[in-house]
Amino acid sequence: MDLSVTLRGQRHNLVLKNPVLTASGTFGYGLEYAPYGDLSSLGGFVVKGLSLTPRLGNTPPRIVETTAGMLNSVGLQNDGVEYFLSETLPKLPWRETAVIANIYAGSTEEFAMLADRLDGEEGVSALEVNISCPNVKKGGAQFGQDPVLAAEVTRAVREGAPHKHIIVKLSPNVTSIAEMARSVEKAGADSISCINTLLGMSIDYRSRRPRLHNVVGGLSGPAIKPVAVRCVWEVSKSVGIPVIGLGGIVSCQDILEFIIAGASAIQVGTANFMNPAAAFELVKDLPVLCSELGISSIEELTGSLQIG
Amino acid sequence: MGVIFCGVDYRWLGEVKNAMNNEKCCDLSVLDLVPFGQTGAESIFYALRLSAPNWPAWQPGQFVMVRPHSFGYEIPWARPLGICHMTTQHLICFFQVLGRGTKRLSQLRPGEQVAVWGPLGNGFAIEKDRPTLLLAGGMGIVPFVGYVHRHPQPWNVSMVFGHRAAVDCYPVDSINERIPLDSLRETVPGDLDNLIFTLQERIHDCADQDGLVLACGPRPFLRTVHRFAISFGARAQLSLENQMACGVGACLGCVTKTSDKWADKRHKDGFVQVCTKGPVFWADQIQF
Repeated sequence: MDLSVTLRGQRHNLVLKNPVLTASGTFGYGLEYAPYGDLSSLGGFVVKGLSLTPRLGNTPPRIVETTAGMLNSVGLQNDGVEYFLSETLPKLPWRETAVIANIYAGSTEEFAMLADRLDGEEGVSALEVNISCPNVKKGGAQFGQDPVLAAEVTRAVREGAPHKHIIVKLSPNVTSIAEMARSVEKAGADSISCINTLLGMSIDYRSRRPRLHNVVGGLSGPAIKPVAVRCVWEVSKSVGIPVIGLGGIVSCQDILEFIIAGASAIQVGTANFMNPAAAFELVKDLPVLCSELGISSIEELTGSLQIG
Repeated sequence: MGVIFCGVDYRWLGEVKNAMNNEKCCDLSVLDLVPFGQTGAESIFYALRLSAPNWPAWQPGQFVMVRPHSFGYEIPWARPLGICHMTTQHLICFFQVLGRGTKRLSQLRPGEQVAVWGPLGNGFAIEKDRPTLLLAGGMGIVPFVGYVHRHPQPWNVSMVFGHRAAVDCYPVDSINERIPLDSLRETVPGDLDNLIFTLQERIHDCADQDGLVLACGPRPFLRTVHRFAISFGARAQLSLENQMACGVGACLGCVTKTSDKWADKRHKDGFVQVCTKGPVFWADQIQF
């Protein structure tokens, strides 16, 4: 059973030993999950969003459990890119698996600086550009909702990190995700990951107060999976670059659904919270399910949706 | 951490046989579920006894994430429960029904499987020769069951227990056998003033004796303890019970605000995870 996949980008390919990545913000910097499985067994992991300088994050409460999902408004709390590079990255098994740096910035210039800083780092396989975080005031969603700004950011990162595979992470909170996808593809993205969280809200009906301090936050978990599958399908039809699918994946059956919809690889997010061994278990079980179904390679399954 | 306010699905584990048991994360069987206080349908306080995981190095004050397979996809988060007591025979947790997750926990039957990961977080300090005052609010009594069993010189330990429900709703018996326990029940508003006054007196006395104050309970209770501990200069640890999704330091949902006394300069006056940096914190290192 061949689990390996190659994401063929416009400038650089990204080779993964299997299609199971973990989603940014749900897997810490990887080390948090080392007691629960073998990090190097994963196709790769996308680290918690990095910014140029440390960010405090939003005031709690930051998370709310919802039916088959959760809301979060963490606000990209992180220790900054320098701390990651000097203290964390050396401890990660980057020779054995892909370590992907998710990056966030409040301006195009800052994105370019971050990209430049990471470009020479041997331990970083790819950059995932976060233009879709709904929980920060500046940048974030505003880049992710405007195809012109999204293209500008993509171009800045592409130029800042000419030696890296560039993934652009798209928001579902747009009128046409296909239009966003075409825009970042034209601007030089090597691949697209989708979807980020859906903007949502929860209210304590007794106190009549929002449950999140930030009032609104991003919805994730099994509840959003049908939206995510639809987005992956629309995006993959609209662009020539590979798509990494995420949104509510908890089972191997879910993984196949995303791949058939058009994804070349997937990310496991909220499921890591539901079970700290979730991603490791999926890597172990995927070949079992594939062989049951007579699937001999993941790549041949990508985009094999039959309509009509 | 006593019991948790928030609340998870293992159906995919059922669909694809893959319980990957390792030391930190395993499926345990429910041995029994014992209601405390009012029995029958009315009860909201339960001792949950699970088959023993292999965790010889656990510390009183640590907690576990508990997620029955029956949570399905509907309830995504495990519930963090303080470790009440653990032996080679069993792991005992204790919870109060507060929402849909703990309601579902209360419907567990012997033989059912629950996913458990832990032991998580740090534990309470044990300074055996030092007078030690335990302050418990409601379900905050839970980790002190293990604490008084573990303490090598229990004659140095005493407890003040503030609670709203009848005292027999809580696991007080095994504590009572070992240390003096002052139970203060709040039934009318004036009782709260009495509890606050008692906390003030006892924390003051403990500080005078260069003692150790350990507290666990709901946030308003801890805020009061924090205020007195700071103003009397008492050595004090507080165990927080914030909502959390993962229990392993990744979701950043359970964070609490640190003070300028926090050791790691990156996180002074910042946010740190209750699950991995706590749940037990030195009072002067956090803000309320």
